[in-house]
Amino acid sequence: MYGVEEIRRDFPILDRRIDGNRLIYLDNAATSQKPRQVIRALTEYYERHNANIHRGVHRLAEEATAAYEEARQKGARFLGAPDTTGLIFTRGTTESINLVAYAWGRKFLGEGDEVLLTEAEHHSNLVPWQLTARATGAKLRFVPILEDGTLDLEGAERLMGARTKLVGCIHASNVLATINPVERLAELAHDAGALMLVDGAQSAPHLPVDVQALGCDFFACSGHKMLGPTGVGALWGRPEILEEMGPFLGGGEMIREVHLDHSTYNDLPYKFEAGTMNIAQAVGLGAAVDYLGERGMENVREHEKQLGEYAFRRLSEIEGIEIYGPKKDRTGLVSFSLPEVHPHDLSQLLDEEGIAIRSGHHCAQPLMRRLGVAATARASFHLYNTEEEVDALVDALVRAREFFGAFSGAKP
Amino acid sequence: MMRELYTQVIMDHYQRPRNRGELERADLEEHLLNPLCGDEVTVYANLSGGKVADVKFDGRGCSISQASASMMTERLMGKSCEEAEAEIGRFKDMMVGKEGFPETDDLAALKGVIKYPSRIKCATLAWTAFQLGLEGR
Repeated sequence: MYGVEEIRRDFPILDRRIDGNRLIYLDNAATSQKPRQVIRALTEYYERHNANIHRGVHRLAEEATAAYEEARQKGARFLGAPDTTGLIFTRGTTESINLVAYAWGRKFLGEGDEVLLTEAEHHSNLVPWQLTARATGAKLRFVPILEDGTLDLEGAERLMGARTKLVGCIHASNVLATINPVERLAELAHDAGALMLVDGAQSAPHLPVDVQALGCDFFACSGHKMLGPTGVGALWGRPEILEEMGPFLGGGEMIREVHLDHSTYNDLPYKFEAGTMNIAQAVGLGAAVDYLGERGMENVREHEKQLGEYAFRRLSEIEGIEIYGPKKDRTGLVSFSLPEVHPHDLSQLLDEEGIAIRSGHHCAQPLMRRLGVAATARASFHLYNTEEEVDALVDALVRAREFFGAFSGAKP
Repeated sequence: MMRELYTQVIMDHYQRPRNRGELERADLEEHLLNPLCGDEVTVYANLSGGKVADVKFDGRGCSISQASASMMTERLMGKSCEEAEAEIGRFKDMMVGKEGFPETDDLAALKGVIKYPSRIKCATLAWTAFQLGLEGR
């Protein structure tokens, strides 16, 4: 029961007009729009239940705590986690990975150890490891990307060895539209005695995810890319590993007993949730995963896969266009460049027609260098996008190109 | 209408840039990257007798960043270092609305950029590079 028209009606922002044009929102890899169910959950929380959680002994505190912990249960279920012990709320993928790089990396990595990443990582799964490497003396190594944009699995196998302590990989690329074989990487990592971290920022919103089936040890994702509010995301970690890790941020809630000179820490997952968390946002994220769950992640994936393929086919018809990434098994996004029009100029011209796309390096500068470009344009879809919107994009691209072409013919 | 941004003048400087290229053994050479978008520009200048005797730029980026760099080279050529510095300061003030645009100069074509705050950095990229180059001397 997947009806895109019905789904669209749940997203008030899709009625926006930009300079008289209907909004065509194709920047979902940056952030998704929010259904009214999520907006309502936020409003209801603030209007009826707002209180600080876990310590208050009054009605609102009980209700707020229950709502927050219910969101944790929903999140754990959505990711296929066995229970909520390993489900930590964070600000998003970036904070989740920083948590691991700091609390695990600085405790367990040392001189001569290696962290194996890939050339296609988002800065969020690269820079935290650079910081940890500098602090610990560990080395970073990188699995190459093949010409077609897929991961060089044989290369990965060759790069893994006794020194490898952790393998980190982006599950679905925010530039190439690839879905990386993280299950296989997890097997290889475990054979080498290393842990496996999956950056799920672009997979959790679009594909069915089961952290147990993936076989990973850490999984990071962002709520705002999966119809939830900004300011909340999650880290799932295998509880026995999280137990061994030191804390990340210190403060209230993450403690058990505090003395002037030392403290003991709270149980999982609270050990990693210092200070007042983004409670309303977590509740909103709970509503978002409910929404996705009701539509069915298999259906979301199928819809976006078809849309991605349709976009790939339609965009390929534009003469001279370059589309990045593999030809098949893609997610619902397309990165591309037109020879005569810089991506920035392109997105500005498209904006005039109400079409929102992204241009730039997509927080993946090393990958851009690997592709030999400074910037690309990117159209990324979600469960509410349609083929008509893809058609509108293609028409607008052709017009933008004609617009720039018209100047080329002009007299100097 | 946004297409007003892409005036004939801007497109002309973008597609037929003035003073594009490198200067060997330049007295001033400064590379600058706009981390937001990956646009980059390198400016070169020969400064003899306290004057901008020659100026060139190289780089890749959007029409605004490259056209603005091209206009800058025309604007600064032959100026004294002090005048060049003042010129850059004035241009940056124009881009934040603190100073009016000259009516008869090509620079006037960049006026439309003010409306798009995310693009102002594109327009000032080369100018900032030149400024840094002057300061670094």
